[in-house]
Amino acid sequence: MSGLNDLYQEILLEHNSKPRNFKSLEDANQISEGYNPLCGDQITLALKVVDGVIDDVGFQGSGCAISRASASMMTQSIKGQSVEHAEHIFDAFHNMIIEPEGEIDLDLLGDLETLSGVNEYPTRIKCAILAWHTMKAALDGDAQVTTE
Amino acid sequence: MTTNFDVNSVRDDFPILKQQVNGNRLVYLDNGATSQKPQSVIDAIVEYYETTNSNVHRGVHTMSQQATDGYEGARSKVRKFLNASKDKEIIFTRNTTEGVNLVAHSYGRKNIGPGDDIIVSNMEHHSNIVPWQMLCEENGANLKVVPIDDSGELVMDEYQKLLSPRTKLVSITHVSNALGTILPAKQIVQMAHSYGAPVLLDGAQAVPHMPVDVQDLDCDFYVFSGHKLFGPTGIGILYGKENYLESMPPFLGGGDMIKSVTFEKTLYNDLPYKFEGGTPDISGAIGLGAAIDYVNSLGFDQITAHEDALLQYGTEALESIAGVHIVGTAARKAGILSFVMDMAHPHDIGTILDEQGIAIRTGHHCAQPVMQRFQIPATARASLAFYNTKEDIDALVKGIDRVIEVFS
Repeated sequence: MSGLNDLYQEILLEHNSKPRNFKSLEDANQISEGYNPLCGDQITLALKVVDGVIDDVGFQGSGCAISRASASMMTQSIKGQSVEHAEHIFDAFHNMIIEPEGEIDLDLLGDLETLSGVNEYPTRIKCAILAWHTMKAALDGDAQVTTE
Repeated sequence: MTTNFDVNSVRDDFPILKQQVNGNRLVYLDNGATSQKPQSVIDAIVEYYETTNSNVHRGVHTMSQQATDGYEGARSKVRKFLNASKDKEIIFTRNTTEGVNLVAHSYGRKNIGPGDDIIVSNMEHHSNIVPWQMLCEENGANLKVVPIDDSGELVMDEYQKLLSPRTKLVSITHVSNALGTILPAKQIVQMAHSYGAPVLLDGAQAVPHMPVDVQDLDCDFYVFSGHKLFGPTGIGILYGKENYLESMPPFLGGGDMIKSVTFEKTLYNDLPYKFEGGTPDISGAIGLGAAIDYVNSLGFDQITAHEDALLQYGTEALESIAGVHIVGTAARKAGILSFVMDMAHPHDIGTILDEQGIAIRTGHHCAQPVMQRFQIPATARASLAFYNTKEDIDALVKGIDRVIEVFS
């Protein structure tokens, strides 16, 4: 059962039960909706970007523990960061989840490293990256994104 | 449970069930998605390719005749299985979805127009919603939806209210894939007929669990998939009453569905070939015939008794776990245990069960309107077949305990 324990680490379960930045954002200026048609997971991600910096971020929606924790930890990691830095984190996270022997950039990822166990569960990768693609879409000005 | 039904000897007929998954005995509870195949079905397909493979209805040579005999023999088996009156009322399709689409394209385009109503229910699979939406968009007809109550039963009073002289077709599931509800099909048909509307029944989730008699039901169309009935993927059935099928234009044009072709005029073939353009899935049909033979050898008396006892056992077991809620609690159900948990999302349940070798389906089950009705994003669904055992249910319960352990 070690795989399962690697997947459902305590920090992930904690973010699932108490997600950070789980709120609507009244003064958001970049909003995107992410949807996984395969499983029905959906997320609305709202960003308030001022002078190239993500001043505030909020997400809402429904999904499994992995998608919810991933969204929660993502919002923590990008809040207060420049858009450019957020994109670097996106790339680092993407590599960690998708690439089988992907390097884990701990400096960029911090606690997000907890989600590296998803790498071994191909059916769950989409759960982990839904929020990230939604963030990318919001930064790119796309209103909707789906992962299949 | 009948005493002469030996589930262990039945299980021995299914090679895949002997497998281990993630180091555990395979507990296969995803029969609603697809069922496993007995050795006799696998053998029939292999034997066909090893000894008979030829095209049907064409060659004068011996093997072509044998292939045709096998293919047409399978049609007769399906006819008896559904108690249809004529072989030519049995059309081979790819699957349930194709059967519905065939009726929508062929019957629907010809007979349903602006202002007409098509009635479906709130618990349809997407394959019995989308073809009708496409037709409505094309022809200006209206799609009307019969609501369901909190237990997952069709609200018959509302169905009665939706019926009118504008009703041109009723297309409703026989057994709900997401909830397990057995619908009162015969009554649904009678009520539609009193307005002159034909009825299509989606039998994909019904045929593996109960005997179906299309003459007794008096339905006008009945569709199902071979792969949910212990046969191979890629073969399905559309039953249609002869008078309807005769009056309908072909669906796919091509070889085998014609009598003669000139550039001036093409004469279409007789039933059932009019609807079977192109080389069909011959081995699939033969495999489906073998699956029907296998199911008949067990008999629905035994199958239904065994599954009903198992469903009751599973229902009681899940109900006794705090934080687990069964979705779909109709009085008459077949084979489906859909549930949600307070503390875990269905996908997490699915992953944790899989780790223990337990295969279930999680998600919306291609029935998103059902999820919307119950205001849930998804369910975890354990779906039964006659080869499942109480041990399988016990494993499921133990698996759910593990979910609780992980999430608490």
